[in-house]
Amino acid sequence: MSQPDSRPLSPHLQVYRLPLTALLSILHRFTGVVLALGMAPLTGVLVAAAADAALYEQLRALLSAWWGQALLALWTGALYFHLCTGIRHLFWDAGLGFDVAVAFRTSLWTVAAALALTALTWLAALWVRGMLA
Amino acid sequence: MAKFRLPANSIVRKGRYYAAAGASRGGRIRRFVVYRYDAAAGGNPRTDTYEVDLDDCGPMVLDALIKIKNETDSTLAFRRSCREGICGSCSMNICGRNTLACTRAISDVRGDVRVFPLPHLPVIRDLVPDLTHFYAQYASIKPWMRTQTPPPPDRERLQSVEDRDKLDGLEECILCACCSTSCPSYWWNGDRYLGPAILLQAYRWIADSRDEAAGERLDEIEDPFKLYRCHTIMNCADACPKGLNPAKAIAEIKKLLVARRF
Repeated sequence: MSQPDSRPLSPHLQVYRLPLTALLSILHRFTGVVLALGMAPLTGVLVAAAADAALYEQLRALLSAWWGQALLALWTGALYFHLCTGIRHLFWDAGLGFDVAVAFRTSLWTVAAALALTALTWLAALWVRGMLA
Repeated sequence: MAKFRLPANSIVRKGRYYAAAGASRGGRIRRFVVYRYDAAAGGNPRTDTYEVDLDDCGPMVLDALIKIKNETDSTLAFRRSCREGICGSCSMNICGRNTLACTRAISDVRGDVRVFPLPHLPVIRDLVPDLTHFYAQYASIKPWMRTQTPPPPDRERLQSVEDRDKLDGLEECILCACCSTSCPSYWWNGDRYLGPAILLQAYRWIADSRDEAAGERLDEIEDPFKLYRCHTIMNCADACPKGLNPAKAIAEIKKLLVARRF
């Protein structure tokens, strides 16, 4: 009691089994950071498309490589995940969906919707590319 | 800034192993891994492991802790009182989730029963954390009925059945701190963020038809840190041993703060 500073801090992240809602919450923040970081180079590609055809071709080649495609896929996944969890946040702001069982179900729906939207987007993109080729 | 790792003096070491004695060896043995810290002995916290014969023990985790203290190791310290989930004393982290030891059945957890103090608090001893700051935050919201008008001379301040119903899901809170200490936001910003338990209590008074200080209460609470560190992580509602929903109460406060602007 006399030396509060010497008292140990009880374990937190080390022992806590985070429920699904908590995992989605931290992933929401993480994808937000990923979106912000990814937005800069993607904007750069758009600017290059408007300003310099040769530079755009170079950037397009980078994004067409397998790792460029993988980064784009992750970014679109982050976009849809962040969008879906963001929409769920709007419901929460309206006071809806707080029941623990409901929040668990909407967590599953959110992940499913994000995966489905990402897959749809990529199928559409590949289809368009096939049409153009 | 959030510190995700434990400070050097808080890292948990492996401690002693207490095997069940003679006759108990044949029974249903369960291992209890328990956080231990003794300031007088010095050194880092540790986990001691106790074998407990479930055939000779009550059904709840608290029963096992009391049995350990009575029969194996009298130095084990923990808070307990009512043993029926109404006093809120024996709140602790059991197998990664905050709950009351007296209402968590041993049969409900699988494998070794891992018992830790409530997370991210200074530890006084073993499973006894320091809740001084938590209680000070509770006092800061003035958790009593604040009125301007004098009460009726001949009776108490009455409340309609409908108004009383608004307190259901709020007034059952026993201030065990399971929710607040399950909340990562409270872990990182607990010095200023009031946390789910105290915010639920704040809403309990805001929602009370007899209280006449709802406006002041909202003024006092409208703060980026006191209130708006809630990011709807939902650990609080997941942990509450009384089945209450602090996240929902916080959302209701936020709604009132928006509504009163118009």
